[in-house]
Amino acid sequence: MSKKATLQLETLACPTCMQKIEGAIKGVPGVVGESVKVLFNASKAKAEFDPTQTSAQQIADAVQDIGYDVLKVSER
Amino acid sequence: MLEKIKKLVLRHRIQLTAATGALTAAAFVARLGFANEQVAAWLMLAASIAGGLPILVQAIESLRVRVVSIDLLVSIAMLGAIAIQEYEESAVVAFLFLFGAWLEQRTLAKTRSAIKGLTEMAPQTAYRLSADGGLEEVDVDEVDVGDVLEVRTGGKVPVDGVVIGGSGSANEASITGEPLPTAKSEGSQIFAGTILENGTIRLRAQKVGEDTTFGRIIELVEEAQDSKSEAERFIDRFSRYYTPAVLVIAAIVWLATRSVELAVTILVLGCPGALVIGVPVSNVAGIGNGARHGILFKGSDVVTRFSRVDTILFDKTGTLTYGSPQVARAIPYGGDQAEAEALLASVEAESDHPLARAIARRYADGEKYEVTSSEAIRGEGIAAVAGGHRVLVGNARLLERHGVAIDERARADLAELEAEGNSIVLLAVDGRLALAIGIRDRIRDGVAEDLAALRKLGVRNLVLLSGDNQGTVDLVARQLGLTEAHGGLLPEDKAEYVRARQARGETVAFVGDGINDSPSLALADVGIAMGGGTDVAIEASDVVLTGSDFHRIPHALGLARATRRNMVQNIAIALTTVAFLLVSLVASTWMNMAVGMFVHEGSILVVILNAMRLLRYGRRPTPIQKNRRHLTGVNSRRSSPRDSVHSNKANRKEVTK
Repeated sequence: MSKKATLQLETLACPTCMQKIEGAIKGVPGVVGESVKVLFNASKAKAEFDPTQTSAQQIADAVQDIGYDVLKVSER
Repeated sequence: MLEKIKKLVLRHRIQLTAATGALTAAAFVARLGFANEQVAAWLMLAASIAGGLPILVQAIESLRVRVVSIDLLVSIAMLGAIAIQEYEESAVVAFLFLFGAWLEQRTLAKTRSAIKGLTEMAPQTAYRLSADGGLEEVDVDEVDVGDVLEVRTGGKVPVDGVVIGGSGSANEASITGEPLPTAKSEGSQIFAGTILENGTIRLRAQKVGEDTTFGRIIELVEEAQDSKSEAERFIDRFSRYYTPAVLVIAAIVWLATRSVELAVTILVLGCPGALVIGVPVSNVAGIGNGARHGILFKGSDVVTRFSRVDTILFDKTGTLTYGSPQVARAIPYGGDQAEAEALLASVEAESDHPLARAIARRYADGEKYEVTSSEAIRGEGIAAVAGGHRVLVGNARLLERHGVAIDERARADLAELEAEGNSIVLLAVDGRLALAIGIRDRIRDGVAEDLAALRKLGVRNLVLLSGDNQGTVDLVARQLGLTEAHGGLLPEDKAEYVRARQARGETVAFVGDGINDSPSLALADVGIAMGGGTDVAIEASDVVLTGSDFHRIPHALGLARATRRNMVQNIAIALTTVAFLLVSLVASTWMNMAVGMFVHEGSILVVILNAMRLLRYGRRPTPIQKNRRHLTGVNSRRSSPRDSVHSNKANRKEVTK
């Protein structure tokens, strides 16, 4: 069973940020590649992942590592 | 260690921006005020480093995920400028780039404020009943299905659920658009995002978080704002190759001319700015404006298609009309009319039949008689004893079978009622005909004005499609001034009609209630659902009018047109800027990378500010609206029971005269 992570990010301003964040999340092992969605205007990122391999927090850390603040992490 | 520096730099972007600005300013003071070139150069270099660090870090980070970003162009340009000791240019570029990004973030937040206003209506915490019977305040994310929550007066409802104790009234405007509060007691459904105006209730959570109706509306708008129109997808693809291409061109220019200055200027001028942000920002503002007015556009493609609509097809029942039967006329035949109405209402109060409900609603305020015996007769009506009278309520057959005479005058009335499209309920008291009631669905208040507004907006064809007979349909079409009307259609016939109009090259919008019209809604270029956030309506349509408010359609069309115009303006601004920069680079002597960066950031702010105008669209009421308010009162277009009673009374007076 895969789970879904939703990250509330700081306000995104440049469209290239989306590509960066998408790339960073896809790089986390256990994330389902095609499920990654970065909502530019809502400043949110959503992704499905395999809970045996990773967690919503690890995905958030990956985004934080490339320089974007994650304000809230939720997992379903 | 490197990681730590990186995080430190990224976290202090704003402080570094300020430092860059201050150092650059100090450098200009040193040069112009004290003519000290040496100090000025050092200060400029310091500013370049302070501002360059975060840009460089971001460039490297995006390279690591294989993206050639604007940051990379700017970083290389700055390094080039520093290499040829043009510290002033590198400092100014760094400052403008960082300051511009900060300003953009601030103004972009404004264009997104409309949807933010919506999400902020969702409560953050809930009061949950804990195992020991006390209440604890918990984060709304921690609430699970099945939890029991308490909401008090003035509180926001945190989840969708069912009331299990207490009572009160809730304002559900955020879900249904209905401004009047709805009574809630044990067994009532209650929705997240609504406000309990008075009372205290306990509820059991049934849907939480994004699964609630409110959560789905928010999610829909968020995804719509991010959905890409064809133009945007093109620009996206374009910019993915464009940025590396600029890098290559700059390298070629450098190799060919050996001029670092020219190469770095090209890097800065080549930054894709206004072009990339101009189109999405118009969409965000337009969709946001819609969301605040009860119009959900399901994407920017929808906005574009909607702006081109020249034919609008309407379903009748529930769209142009209220969709529920209402008492339209009451014709008395001697005797005490008030008593007759009271007897009728008393008998009908016991029945669940839709016509009986319409009558009971209409005469709810009147006197009531005790009903001592009541017998429902299938296909005919009810025979009862009420207030000591023998009462028959039903059709002509019921009365005839009980030997009640229906005279010539009454027969003429019945034929007339039928021709007007009424369902008829007759009342006989003690063997004599007392009342004939005509019941039909009524046209929504203000629809005629809304259709006139649509015609003014340039919609050429306004067509009514209905399952009703052609006579009724023609009558409605004449009353409302529609261009065409077709009756006797099944849902699949309507879908076929949509296809036929499309085949003529028209861009077709279909307005329906979203339940039996899903095929037409899905097939039309733009499907507009009048639904209080029902699942089917949300799935099948492109535009959802959350409050079932017909009046929103002219606003929606006008907004779609305005959004499209805004997008075209932004593309024009962006292209003009690029052309201006290129021409000046070739033809002028004053163009350098600092000026280029200034123009570039300026154009981005201009397109954002232009898009922000859309947030104000429709804020001033048009003359038509003002007029209408004046005539019928602010709430005239709501289908509240009070209003229908009101207008029915007016009808009745006319009849009894």
